[in-house]
Amino acid sequence: MIALLIRDLRLAVRAGGGFGLGLAFFLIVTMLVPFGVGPEAAILARIAPGILWVGALLACLLSLDRVFQLDFEDGTLDLLATSPVPMEGVVLVKALAHWLTTGLPLVAAAPAFAMLMQMDGPGQYWLMLTLALGTPALSMIGAFGAALTVGIRRGGLLLSLLVLPLYVPTLIFGAEAARRGAEGIAAGTPLLLLAGITAGSLALIPFAAAAAIRMNLR
Amino acid sequence: MEMRVENLVVGRGGVAVLEGIRFTLRAGQVMVLRGPNGSGKTTLLRSLAGLQPPMAGTIEAPAESIAYAAHADGLKSTLTVRENLDFWAKIHATGPVDAVLERFNLTALATRPAASLSAGQKRRLGLARLLVTGRAIWLLDEPTVSLDTASVAIFAGVVREHVAGGGAALIATHIELGLEAEVFDVRGLRADPDGTTARGAFEASFDAAFGEALP
Repeated sequence: MIALLIRDLRLAVRAGGGFGLGLAFFLIVTMLVPFGVGPEAAILARIAPGILWVGALLACLLSLDRVFQLDFEDGTLDLLATSPVPMEGVVLVKALAHWLTTGLPLVAAAPAFAMLMQMDGPGQYWLMLTLALGTPALSMIGAFGAALTVGIRRGGLLLSLLVLPLYVPTLIFGAEAARRGAEGIAAGTPLLLLAGITAGSLALIPFAAAAAIRMNLR
Repeated sequence: MEMRVENLVVGRGGVAVLEGIRFTLRAGQVMVLRGPNGSGKTTLLRSLAGLQPPMAGTIEAPAESIAYAAHADGLKSTLTVRENLDFWAKIHATGPVDAVLERFNLTALATRPAASLSAGQKRRLGLARLLVTGRAIWLLDEPTVSLDTASVAIFAGVVREHVAGGGAALIATHIELGLEAEVFDVRGLRADPDGTTARGAFEASFDAAFGEALP
């Protein structure tokens, strides 16, 4: 399984792997919003948690169709299904690789982007914390959507339609916790619910996604 | 170490393609699967490999003994030849890949990215994966596609050594490999020679979904 993780990370950083795509998209959103909304610092700081969370979510969505599709097309998924690695483990590793190449860079870059949106120190801290807690759930839920649509040519649209409703709770609690944290209100409840979504999807989705892949390989 | 298949029915999308499949593949044996294009050889091999469940019948084989190789080699074009093979060796927890590269005449290409290989070289790399799986029963779907005569000879030699070492191979192929092999022809096993069952299955599922047939 470590071999699979290393291979996926290596594929992501080599030419054409799509590494940095999510980050670039996140940067573009963050830079465009002030042009659209206007430069008043008070307004920007108020909408920043929501905008940054939506941006991070869409950036995650952007690279989801690659999670299983490429391996399906070149036959790797067939060969992995007949290998000693359990399909649940393959799903977990693939989602982890997706998070390491998409979610983690977003978390690391969040303070800088928050600064562009006029958020102050505690706000940056809370945004980073909520993204760190929430983006693993985005990668896991996305891996489930990718597993469902793996056999479908140009399944990106269907994938987005399937995954976006499932992303809504993560977005609500993530943005809410970041907003409350930034405004100095107690943010414990949304933060715990966000952590709960991540823990639940980590525990359950590998089984659901592995079943979906087995169906799609038939 | 043998694979025993009894009264197997295999199909795609709920429609039987081949039925009454019965054979035993013993250690040291090569079996060649023959049949015209579209006769269900790939469906049979995928079912035997466990990628799709059989519709009826039994497949008995020791756990984790099957290596499957299909038209797609599962190669990553941005990884080098050695990295591609190393990956499968690690997945199957087998040893270093140098001897395998040498056996398939790929040592000189080891540091080249797979994207720069020719179709035949890619196929050789795909087949080299079989040796690093360390599995006994090989299920091969058209393994010689795009191989030249010399490479076919290398491949036939590898299969010969494999079965001599107690392995077995079931190979769907149209060309003569020059191996001592039993032939298993699927031509007479078509479940649905004129397509009537396929239509019947559709009508049955329609009735199941929407109730009785309309007047």
